[in-house]
Amino acid sequence: MNFGKQLKEGLITQNPVLVQVLGMCSTMAITTSIMNGLGMGVSVLIILTASNVVISAIRKIVPDKIRIAMFIVVIAGFVTCVDLLFQAFVPAIAESLGVFIPLIVVNCIILGRAESFSYKNGVGASFVDGICQGLGYTAVLLVMCFIRELLGAGTLAGFRIIPEQFPVGILTLPVGGFLVLGCLIAAMQWALSKSKEGK
Amino acid sequence: MTDYKNLKLIATSSPHIRGSETTQGIMKDVIIAMLPALAYACFNFGLRALTLTAVSVAGCVFFEWLYRKVMKKPQSIQDLSSVVTGMLLAFVSPVQIPYWMILIGDCFAIIIVKQLFGGIGKNFVNPALAGRAVLLASYAGSMTSWVDPAANKAALFGSNVDIVTAATPLSYMKGADPAALADSFANLTGTYSVGQMFMGQIGGSLGEVSALMLIIGGVYLIWRKVINWQTPVAYIGTVAVLTFLFPKAGSGLEWMLYSIFGGGLMLGAFFMATDYATSPVTKKGQLIFGVGCGLFTVLIRYFGSYNEGVCYSIMVMNLFVPFIDKYTKPVRFGVEKSDKKEGAAK
Repeated sequence: MNFGKQLKEGLITQNPVLVQVLGMCSTMAITTSIMNGLGMGVSVLIILTASNVVISAIRKIVPDKIRIAMFIVVIAGFVTCVDLLFQAFVPAIAESLGVFIPLIVVNCIILGRAESFSYKNGVGASFVDGICQGLGYTAVLLVMCFIRELLGAGTLAGFRIIPEQFPVGILTLPVGGFLVLGCLIAAMQWALSKSKEGK
Repeated sequence: MTDYKNLKLIATSSPHIRGSETTQGIMKDVIIAMLPALAYACFNFGLRALTLTAVSVAGCVFFEWLYRKVMKKPQSIQDLSSVVTGMLLAFVSPVQIPYWMILIGDCFAIIIVKQLFGGIGKNFVNPALAGRAVLLASYAGSMTSWVDPAANKAALFGSNVDIVTAATPLSYMKGADPAALADSFANLTGTYSVGQMFMGQIGGSLGEVSALMLIIGGVYLIWRKVINWQTPVAYIGTVAVLTFLFPKAGSGLEWMLYSIFGGGLMLGAFFMATDYATSPVTKKGQLIFGVGCGLFTVLIRYFGSYNEGVCYSIMVMNLFVPFIDKYTKPVRFGVEKSDKKEGAAK
């Protein structure tokens, strides 16, 4: 496994949100402002990397039949850590993300990577995989936040860019989440099929 | 677009019948059918109705051209379908909304709803209605304040700050408290006679106010065989029967007449629900579609939070079209009735 290939997979060809279509709930719900997206992306990145490493390390002593339960225990442990750290050091973001931080426990990206990657690969590769997949998730969140906050609310990270009467408010509603995500997935699939044709 | 150069001649046995219908021809008929309503809107609201429609049409054609150009696809603006979308979107908007607002609606209708799904004939909901839904969700204030046609004509250019707004008939017909509703309905019948409702001397969206002009346009379309009578008749009929049987105030007949002449029912029934791409293919399916639209319209008007339910009811029924088409598939000629299920399944 080399870093470049894994990074490409995480960001583009196996992007957790746009290609694997995992972690939809948080992607729809919190991408209304850049700060939310950044907070969510970073916390998933940390939890994913840490749980990938631990699950990879204990993969040989965990019986097959109870592996999902073990994954959840490991992930929940790290989620609690991150949740408490957020509440202690960045209370504003912790408040606006609300229940979506604890809900990372059941985020499909983390469980999916545990099952499909770190349970089968070594600690080093799992560590890299956690970072790459986390970056892929964060990148998509930031793109969605950028579009929805700029066009839907007219601000970027709280600063007003577009005068108040113009923004298309629907983009900050749940409907807007579906619309933007659908367009991004379509664009991604289109780009992937184009690059395949090019080869 | 037909690629005539590579078209192979396939000889089949006679009879050979060639239809003269083209997309462009059909769209021309639809545009002609909308002209009476547009003329009435100019009379009712002033010339800004015309400029708003023109801006909307120009916007739709431009976005269609832009998308096809950027994506390097064959141009399709000559089929006039984007002109129809532009006119319809202006028709379902209040006359005084700023031009940039309707351009956002145009952009959404043409690029997201129509072109991203493959262009004409491939969109799954009506683009103009989707554009209106986006505008309504984004700019609820502007999209629900109506110019009072009796008080003033909207200014031709720019927005007139002194515009007098009026409640639409439908807002008088909404309310949870029966006594208050009876009062406001009596107020409505006192303000507007049934004749005024039918002619369209009322507040409302640009092109929806005049039931008479819309019926003229609709009859023209049916006469030209552009649309079938099934959808509009089923739609308006369902609303009429339901409102006649379950009036919320006044007598059944009175409530029914104000219900079918107020709001966007006529516009929706003749011009929106009959859109080829988003309505069922068979006549039986069109009847079901119309009844469904009517049912949802009455349900939204009676129990929903919005005054008007035409836009959303048609969009909801648009989503049911694949199912309706599936279950109303005609049996092939020569297939026995007992084989019907088998035939339909194939």
